[in-house]
Amino acid sequence: MNLYHFASPSTFYHLAGKLIPWFAWGAGILTLWGLYIGFFQAPTDFQQSEAYRIIFIHVPAAWMSMFIYLVMAFWGAIGLAFNTRLSFMMARALAPTGAMFTFVALWTGAWWGKPMWGAWWVWDARLTSELILLFLYVGIIALWAAIDDIKRGDRAGSLLTLIGAINVPIIYFSVKWWNTLHQGASVSLTKAPSMAAIMLQGMLVMAFAAWFYTIAVALVRVRRIILERERHTDWAKAILAED
Amino acid sequence: MHRFLLAVLRRDLTLAARRRGDWLIAQFFFVMVASLFPLGVGPEPEMLARIGPGVLWVAATLASLLSLSRLFADDHQDGSLEHMVLSPEPTVLLVLGKALAHWLIYGIPLLAIAPVLGIQFNLPADAILTLEISLLLGTPILSLLGSVGAALTLGLRGGGVLLTLLILPLYVPALIFGAGAVDGVMSGTGAEAHLSLLGAFMVLSLIIAPWIAASALRVSLE
Amino acid sequence: MEWASWSDFWKMGGYGLYVWGSYGVTAACVLIEVILLRRSAGDTRRRLKRMQQWEEE
Repeated sequence: MNLYHFASPSTFYHLAGKLIPWFAWGAGILTLWGLYIGFFQAPTDFQQSEAYRIIFIHVPAAWMSMFIYLVMAFWGAIGLAFNTRLSFMMARALAPTGAMFTFVALWTGAWWGKPMWGAWWVWDARLTSELILLFLYVGIIALWAAIDDIKRGDRAGSLLTLIGAINVPIIYFSVKWWNTLHQGASVSLTKAPSMAAIMLQGMLVMAFAAWFYTIAVALVRVRRIILERERHTDWAKAILAED
Repeated sequence: MHRFLLAVLRRDLTLAARRRGDWLIAQFFFVMVASLFPLGVGPEPEMLARIGPGVLWVAATLASLLSLSRLFADDHQDGSLEHMVLSPEPTVLLVLGKALAHWLIYGIPLLAIAPVLGIQFNLPADAILTLEISLLLGTPILSLLGSVGAALTLGLRGGGVLLTLLILPLYVPALIFGAGAVDGVMSGTGAEAHLSLLGAFMVLSLIIAPWIAASALRVSLE
Repeated sequence: MEWASWSDFWKMGGYGLYVWGSYGVTAACVLIEVILLRRSAGDTRRRLKRMQQWEEE
């Protein structure tokens, strides 16, 4: 019963409005803390010197890109199974941020790879899967953009997210497999630097910052989607009339 | 149940037989894409043999995509698709039948053309044989996953391009295992592992894709 | 403290371009997302209001 209460768009609209500042400020504070650890507390790596400091954004961004995709698939599955409107809206609100983090992970990966491996890009399993993940995000966003009908768009996007979610592990595995067979390239991938505790802490703090940021941004977006879809209801009219 | 599947299959095959033009276009497309590569990268036989398996596989995926946007579109336009979906027969079988028909019409002919292109690319005989097996196992995946994309983009403006965007990333494992099998034969590491993985991916697509495509079709027709 | 001076900090042991290239673009991406979101907030409201007036007429 309680859950249904929060799943009603009007309740959630107001709840989200109250939560956004907390998550936004949280994201800001965590970012500052994480950057402080990353740049002033974490020691110089003896192998990679200062270049490894990219890890504090690269790894959290890569994590987020995958997490967000899974969360979208989760909301899509819930929406398809229980026909809850709000879950579809959540899935839609998350996609742009997920694509953004995927791009950031690729970008920082390239700028880390150049000094470390001597190449901007290598067809390594992780990088390639990340690239394909970006393609999936783009496909989903394009599908949503192409479908005007709300109900159809919600469902079609969720189905695509789901089949992508089944496919991502297979893609990762296949690329990894392919990569081990093509050892021709002379690039040897150095492992991530043996992790000092403080480095791990910095990465975790940055990951939390990314989470908070994602939640704040997604809530802003979901509020807008709710208002747009509920504009015929009295409560939405009242909100629009306020200013 | 089986009768319905067979009916869908027979219907699509008959329709395809009446419009032989479409069918030929897809096959010519396959030949043309593959023939452009030697012109682009140069005629050295060693290099062509090196890139051949990948090029032929990429060309095959593109050729199958070309025809996929029409998988449901024609039936949608004349209204028969709606009838079939609303009929008491399960939509899954409808999708399965259509994907199967697509494979028979567009996938199987690729098998007949591929050896000729393989010779153009200077592939040895055993590599061509493996290419045939990998295409035999792999082209059903293209039709099955493609049916999901065709159902999702049904009736959308720019549906064909969108379909390509949605489905190509999903084809990656088939491409890797398929082209990898041929590479394996040529480099002496063997093709069995690749082919079994390709087969597993095919079975998985066969189990999952028709269900998702059927829901997508119902969503698109609502 | 890891850094002797600010210029040391910006140099990042010779990897300044790569470190700041990464952090800079990440910051830009986040900023662009936030700015786009803020800017479209007003647009959405105005559009919805207009749609409402339309529908009421």
